[in-house]
Amino acid sequence: MFYTYRIEERGAAMETKQGMTPRIKGGKFLIYMKRYWSLYLMLLIPMIYFIVFKYIPMNYIQIAFKKYNLLQKPWEMAWADNNGFEYFIQAFSNRDFLYAVRNTFVLNLLDLVVGFPAPIILAILLNELRFKKFKKLTQTIIYMPHFLSWIIISGLAKQLFTPSTGLVNIFLNNLGMESIPFLNDAVYWVWTYVFLGVWQSAGWNTIIYLAAITSINPELYEAASVDGAGRFRKMFHITLPGLRSTIVVLLILSLGRILGSEFDRPFALSNNLVNNVSNVISTFVYKYGIRGLQFSLTTAVGLFQSVVGLIFLISADKIAKKFGEQGVR
Amino acid sequence: MIKSKNSRIGDWIIVCICIILILLCLLPILNVLARSLSSSEALIKNEVMLWPKGWNLDAYETVLGDPKYVRSLIWTAILTIICTIASLFMTTICAYPLIFKELKGRKIINTIIIFTMYFNAGTIPNYLLLKELSMLDRPIVLILPGVLSVFNMIIMRSFFYGIPDSLRESAEIDGASYFKILIKVYLPLSKPVMATLALFYAVGRWNGFSDALMYMNERKWHPIQLLLYNILNNFTSVEVATKEGFSSPGLSETLKAATVMFATIPILLVYPWLQRYFIAGATLGAIKE
Repeated sequence: MFYTYRIEERGAAMETKQGMTPRIKGGKFLIYMKRYWSLYLMLLIPMIYFIVFKYIPMNYIQIAFKKYNLLQKPWEMAWADNNGFEYFIQAFSNRDFLYAVRNTFVLNLLDLVVGFPAPIILAILLNELRFKKFKKLTQTIIYMPHFLSWIIISGLAKQLFTPSTGLVNIFLNNLGMESIPFLNDAVYWVWTYVFLGVWQSAGWNTIIYLAAITSINPELYEAASVDGAGRFRKMFHITLPGLRSTIVVLLILSLGRILGSEFDRPFALSNNLVNNVSNVISTFVYKYGIRGLQFSLTTAVGLFQSVVGLIFLISADKIAKKFGEQGVR
Repeated sequence: MIKSKNSRIGDWIIVCICIILILLCLLPILNVLARSLSSSEALIKNEVMLWPKGWNLDAYETVLGDPKYVRSLIWTAILTIICTIASLFMTTICAYPLIFKELKGRKIINTIIIFTMYFNAGTIPNYLLLKELSMLDRPIVLILPGVLSVFNMIIMRSFFYGIPDSLRESAEIDGASYFKILIKVYLPLSKPVMATLALFYAVGRWNGFSDALMYMNERKWHPIQLLLYNILNNFTSVEVATKEGFSSPGLSETLKAATVMFATIPILLVYPWLQRYFIAGATLGAIKE
């Protein structure tokens, strides 16, 4: 409060000194704007961006409830049947869509179960590493997959996992095992998908946990050593509890995204043999909307996904707050 | 501290695990690199593991000899540079005014911006908007819609918050305008965060393909990732292979390996130089999230 007052006062003083603005009633606003116009001008450009590319599209959400017509504006279109909910009914009686919802949910859940603990374990391991240079090298290399696109990763995976000539299957054959159709069989595909997700992001996600570990009070470790605690005890009773709030926040965010779907990853990795398990909501929207031109149906699907995602995020946040954690905000 | 024997064994176990992790990250790339440099005969006979057999550069010659690849590579490089510069500019002019606590309307503006992080209109509404703006199939569609990321804006704003107010205030007393303060005080101090965000934006653009897939039907404007996707999924590779006079399936495999490496190598080349910047930035974003 004081600060604001001081700034305004200084502004006013400068104005009167220059004798530009007469001090009349309502001049306060002018003085304020004269001082801050450049900041508003700067903000204007990003605000136009947000309004045009983020808020105006929301206007098109109404076509989820309307009969899409290429020639009309969204507000001119006729309402869809069943009180406007025709396309939601259509979506939920569409087998592909139901598969997509199931797949989105299952793939995200597996990602959560397998992929969420991975960076935590990795970070604790890296933290235990005493050789500083080697630690740096390890970090540099395990962050690298994060910078490869899913197209490249799918290209690498297709090369590695080809049943006859891929490195992994040659290796398995040499061990006397049968080739495994990693990308061509539904069950194997799901696990390959999950594993590749871990491969791509586990290293990178350790950064957050490593940062949190550095903020743990080192005296705790010293005290524990004095009490005769070994390495594992310290990991479980100091490092892990020290990471608790970070883990909870990230868990909330992941739970909030449980029905959200990436596009690149399933799209790049899928092929015709595994469509039943690889088709998720985002690829459904692409296939039916942008390629199939069923705009009302796919907008309805997208709206369903956004709203459910928002509800998930807010409730996960509420639950975390109830348990005394800081929550997302 | 006295190191027990147990603890030393523990150290070595951890080192071994880390070596395995390093190998897990590197071997796939080494294998594909080896495949791309091998002869097709060796590839079919399953002889290629981590070292090329029947060393040759045919596949790369094919790739580099095809104007489509080279064009796409150059176009993606130009696109990445344009997008990175535009994004950094937008992020800066969005983040900087928001650090002034006395700015009226700051809270509302902030809410308007943050809301877009939680709720998105969806793929189809965005598509219809771009259609309405007649941006589809034009290069601009790969630049504008994703020019500003709220997440990156928050990272930059947090960094600006970390710069002491006293620096700004003394510049204000000297009569510097806010724009001048940004240029003379904030930007010179913000090199680490600029480098980090430049890396994030650049990698995002270099790796991005879904926007091109949805909004860009004009083949000549396809970025490298989309071209790669089309080749890997056999839309054009057979074409290319037969055109170049290769009929054996092995060579189309080396060709695929070479195209994968072709899109990977630029990232691998830049990565070691930039990696020292991004760790600080990534941590910043994570904590202030």
